[in-house]
Amino acid sequence: MTLFGYKLPNMSSLILWGILWEIVGQIELTFFLPPLSEIFATLIEIGGTTPFINALKETALAFSIGTFSAICIGVPVGILMGKNQLIDELLLPWVNLFLSAPLTALVPVLMVLFGFGLKSIVITTALFAIWIIVLNSRAGVRQINQSLVEMSKSFGASQLDALTKIYFWAALPEILSGVRIGFIRAVKGVIIGQLLISIVGFGSLFELYASNFLMSHFWAVLIVLFALSFIIAEFLAYLERRVDYYASRR
Amino acid sequence: MLAKHRANILKLISALVVFTAWEIAGRVPVSFAFPTFFESVSAFWALLIDGTMFKAYAETLKPLVIGILISAFFGIGIGLFVGLSRGFDWLVSPIFIVMQTAPLAALIPLLVMAYGIGLTSKVFVVCIMAMPVIVLNTGGAVRNTPANLIEMGEAFLGSRRQVIMKIILPAAFPIIFAGLRLGVSAGFIGAILSELKITPTGVGDIITYSRSIADYPSMYAAIASIIILAVLFLNVLERVENKLLQGSRKPSALD
Amino acid sequence: MTKSTDNAVTVRNVYKNYGSTEALRDLSLDFPRGQLTSLLGPSGCGKTTLLKIIAGLLPATSGEVLVNGEVVKAPGPDRAFVFQDFALMPWASVIRNVAFGLELRGMAKSEREGIAEKYINEVGLSGFEHSYPHELSGGMRQRVGLARALSVDAQVLLMDEPFSAVDEQTRRKFQEDLLGLVKNENKTFIFVTHSIEEAVYVSDQIAILLPRPSRVMEIIRPSGFRHKDVDSIRREPEYLDIVDRIWASLRSYVE
Repeated sequence: MTLFGYKLPNMSSLILWGILWEIVGQIELTFFLPPLSEIFATLIEIGGTTPFINALKETALAFSIGTFSAICIGVPVGILMGKNQLIDELLLPWVNLFLSAPLTALVPVLMVLFGFGLKSIVITTALFAIWIIVLNSRAGVRQINQSLVEMSKSFGASQLDALTKIYFWAALPEILSGVRIGFIRAVKGVIIGQLLISIVGFGSLFELYASNFLMSHFWAVLIVLFALSFIIAEFLAYLERRVDYYASRR
Repeated sequence: MLAKHRANILKLISALVVFTAWEIAGRVPVSFAFPTFFESVSAFWALLIDGTMFKAYAETLKPLVIGILISAFFGIGIGLFVGLSRGFDWLVSPIFIVMQTAPLAALIPLLVMAYGIGLTSKVFVVCIMAMPVIVLNTGGAVRNTPANLIEMGEAFLGSRRQVIMKIILPAAFPIIFAGLRLGVSAGFIGAILSELKITPTGVGDIITYSRSIADYPSMYAAIASIIILAVLFLNVLERVENKLLQGSRKPSALD
Repeated sequence: MTKSTDNAVTVRNVYKNYGSTEALRDLSLDFPRGQLTSLLGPSGCGKTTLLKIIAGLLPATSGEVLVNGEVVKAPGPDRAFVFQDFALMPWASVIRNVAFGLELRGMAKSEREGIAEKYINEVGLSGFEHSYPHELSGGMRQRVGLARALSVDAQVLLMDEPFSAVDEQTRRKFQEDLLGLVKNENKTFIFVTHSIEEAVYVSDQIAILLPRPSRVMEIIRPSGFRHKDVDSIRREPEYLDIVDRIWASLRSYVE
């Protein structure tokens, strides 16, 4: 979008929406939308308080353990599926099933199996993230340029060499894009888990603020969450673009 | 003979292995809340026979269907404008991009406060989950119509309206449809989430109720049923998509 | 030197079947040491299949391939392969690509990079050591592929249509350089091509293969102009005669 010959940066319209929000808030159109300025003031106010920091810590911990295990399991499994026909045919139906399944429905099971704490949330997060990571790693390996494989064979590469020096790197763009989508899903998973279990992390904060009608508190937390998830997604997209040059030229 | 059915045989083996593992894990048992496979299947059957399941799904599918229809209508509409107008794209897209990456589930408590615990809130949840992916895919598909096709239309003196109706829309259709499918997938998450979080109705009610009376086989059966339903429905959509797109290259929609 | 060791590579009664299709039938061929032999033929005549069998990348259905008197079972350090599509690792710099064969042999980094440096220099790419393949032109990329094959110091160089993906001018330069390489390096070259002119220009021996199933139709040894200057070969009557003769015998096999 250009305006008076000046190119407006992407996402800059959010500022406009922010201003609109502020106006709607100021004229008190609805109780549920306090002015943005008030929300930011609240954010600064609660940003340093223990409940908020704790919620953030708990969420970050669950998120990192969940996504870390999703990557550690998902990438090797995906690569294995891409390389081995039998494993692929055995696992692919399940991966596809869980990829499109509404995993939210599994949260109650996880709650009764693993309790109302960190463990359930970690598993929810990992479950949300892992399937797309598996599928993308598999796709990355599958579309590998066959002459690269032959090249490594012709120089006498061992299985391990081929795996770590050729397959992994060739699949890296797809793996990264799987990780990015997986992370976006994991953010949703961690929040859905906390909402349903509702006595941990941001889940309990939301419960508290909602039951006390603390609108600006509620929005302050929401904005932090939205911003964090957006930053994570953008950072991974940036990493993905850095390997783009070889994704398109195979 | 064997080679021809290899794929299906392997699928069967794979399923058998998983179900056997489930059965064994249930018999050990790994947890008091982990029923065996056969217990779950018979609970599933019982729910199906006495009609509980059908009543529950009539309830569950209501917000889902309404929400998907609304999202499809407005999502594709907004997406079209996004794709056709640079200014509108600049103005509106960022909101949907943020919605797409953000954990919108967190809005549920707010929606409950604003619209109560009835159908409206649930429809709303389905909409906010399903709409972004539909808008973004439609917008992207329309924006990326091959320039040479549009130029061809203009060279043969097509009006703007003709170019949109006869070139841009058909060219964008595959990705719009794929976006719709992803929207349905997200809508399922929304529908279940709202039944578990807002008020237990339909399948959410079976899950919540059987959990509260520790009838775990029924709980597992209900959960399995919604997962199977969602997967089957999405599979059918994908089949339809492939059927409609025979010959043309399968596009990759953005998730 | 005895007669038998005069051939660096010997192919004896090789058959290759893919299911029920016969790709190679009873193919026997000798490749004299220190010379360049071309495998020439219309597309689908199994030239590349034969080359990959010699490389040890494909198993023969029956028959054997001897390299220096030893039966080929797998790829070995006595052979190096130059790929049609270069097969460069896009994530690795030129020097790492060139040194990759040595890296796989477990040679220390400084040592292998020293050797790689030498061959990068030899193919005329000094200054590009730390560039990445996507920053190079097609011709330069194939020079990297060539340097990689040279750096492992194999006695037999297997080249699979190495110049088919570069433009015509670059190709001519490559052909001239290749003649220099054959003269100076004392290696045995096996060169797959579908260009008659190219084969006649660079080869000491041309094996003409016929398709479906592939077999050797004729072996031609251009001798009159081998010692001539690279610029004058294309004006030699013998060169023109051989090109004409090969075309006359191949034209009926072109669809």
